[in-house]
Amino acid sequence: MAFNIYDFTPLTKSIHDSLSASLSPTATLAIEWTIVGVLYLLFVAVFGLFLVYAERKVCAAFQQRLGPMRVGPWGLLQTIADFIKLLMKELITPKRADKLLYNLAPFIVIIVAFVSISVIPFAPGLVSFDFDIGVFFVTSVSSIGVIGVLLAGWSSNNKYSLIGAMRSGAQIVSYELSVGLALITMIVFAGTMQISGIIEGQRDMWFIFKGHIPAVIAFIVFVIAGTAETNRGPFDLAEAESELTAGFHTEYSGIKFAFFFLAEYINLFIVAAMATIVFLGGWMPLHFGEFEAFNNVMDLIPGLFWFFMKVFFVIFLMMWFKWTFPRLRVDQILNLEWKYLLPINLMNIILMTLVVLFGLHF
Amino acid sequence: MKSIIKYFGEIIGGFITLLTGMKVTARYFFTPWNNVTQQYPENRATLKIAERFRGEVIMPHNENNEHRCTACGLCELACPNGSIEIISKSVFNEEGKKKRAIDKHIYHLGMCTFCNLCIRACPTTAIVMGQNFEHTVWDRSELTKVLNKPGSQLMEGVKE
Repeated sequence: MAFNIYDFTPLTKSIHDSLSASLSPTATLAIEWTIVGVLYLLFVAVFGLFLVYAERKVCAAFQQRLGPMRVGPWGLLQTIADFIKLLMKELITPKRADKLLYNLAPFIVIIVAFVSISVIPFAPGLVSFDFDIGVFFVTSVSSIGVIGVLLAGWSSNNKYSLIGAMRSGAQIVSYELSVGLALITMIVFAGTMQISGIIEGQRDMWFIFKGHIPAVIAFIVFVIAGTAETNRGPFDLAEAESELTAGFHTEYSGIKFAFFFLAEYINLFIVAAMATIVFLGGWMPLHFGEFEAFNNVMDLIPGLFWFFMKVFFVIFLMMWFKWTFPRLRVDQILNLEWKYLLPINLMNIILMTLVVLFGLHF
Repeated sequence: MKSIIKYFGEIIGGFITLLTGMKVTARYFFTPWNNVTQQYPENRATLKIAERFRGEVIMPHNENNEHRCTACGLCELACPNGSIEIISKSVFNEEGKKKRAIDKHIYHLGMCTFCNLCIRACPTTAIVMGQNFEHTVWDRSELTKVLNKPGSQLMEGVKE
């Protein structure tokens, strides 16, 4: 098997060839789908648990604490223990809840997270499908998640849940616009919606450096709106603990609660991965135009490593926001979107169009 | 025009305040040696407790087994839940004068809420708050303590 840390295309190709040599095309496809599905399940479970641990540790460091230290060395097994506890807890359905919608909601949320993760390339050749509207696909699919949140709040037969879900709906519908427009700014610059094309366009320099002022503005807007879209602090008023106990997932327990919890962290990963792909070059190493020696040194670091380092950087940025800023009121959230982010974003698109038209970028 | 300047001024001002906050948390994040958490059972030997921590009421004695308590009973009066009992006795000093002195300063730790009122009431600072917080005992009666040591006397020069 041709294993190469820099490019996974030979590896996937050799697996495909060896399978199709002895099996029919249908069986090959079925086996490949199973492998990919299991890999994604494993990735989501492990990465989700790791992110929960990382969040607790980062939060603790921001508050001059130590965080979990007791379960395993430095508390490394804490989230695994928490997950086992959640698996064993009783699943409670409230009286007079809408049973069908109540049980459906966590699955919608987690399925949406799984579907939107599928177009993200982790390294060269390590992507499950790559097509011409990749960015559009991620934005459209990830906005279905709000339906799960709304259903969860509506069907729980609980006022806290309902208020939390309505707030979340208002918030996500507003901020979806900013996320989309910030991405459109970069699509104007890249000239393609295909994710592999966008990454390929950053071979000489990442877009955030190449597109200078409008790209930096778009990046800031994207990170703010992305934080809001994942329902994370300071925009976490859908589950504001002090006001709404736990918001839309107040009535959920056990593994259904774990689904919401996991989906939140997977959405965090998706937003960070999209920011990485569109602004920071995805798995592309740090390149600067003509500096051949520098570029060659950077090429020695594998793409997988680059991708995860950038993702962790964006995730750290969003955790930094969460543990620094106080929660916004619902009117302040809508003010921020409609009075500030949206006009800035629209002006930014015009600016970016001019930059592209007159070739003012690097 | 004025409103446009105000609009962008608000945005820039907002960013500056956000960055100020992020600077503070970043300083906390990158100076982990300043963390306040203490790993309690492991660091028992080197545990540092804040000066103002209220663990229990104690009566300090000097090396001659002398304390500053004059048995005035103000702490007993100040205590909101009756965890202090003063039992006094009469002693005769060198001049043959009858004086009141402490026989037993009984302190019920199990009833104490660590409100600090007795320490504030004490005119001679005979009792202070100690920092020991490991009060686990096998029997409830062990929580009733006599603060003055057996055979102890009033320190010279302490006046009521």
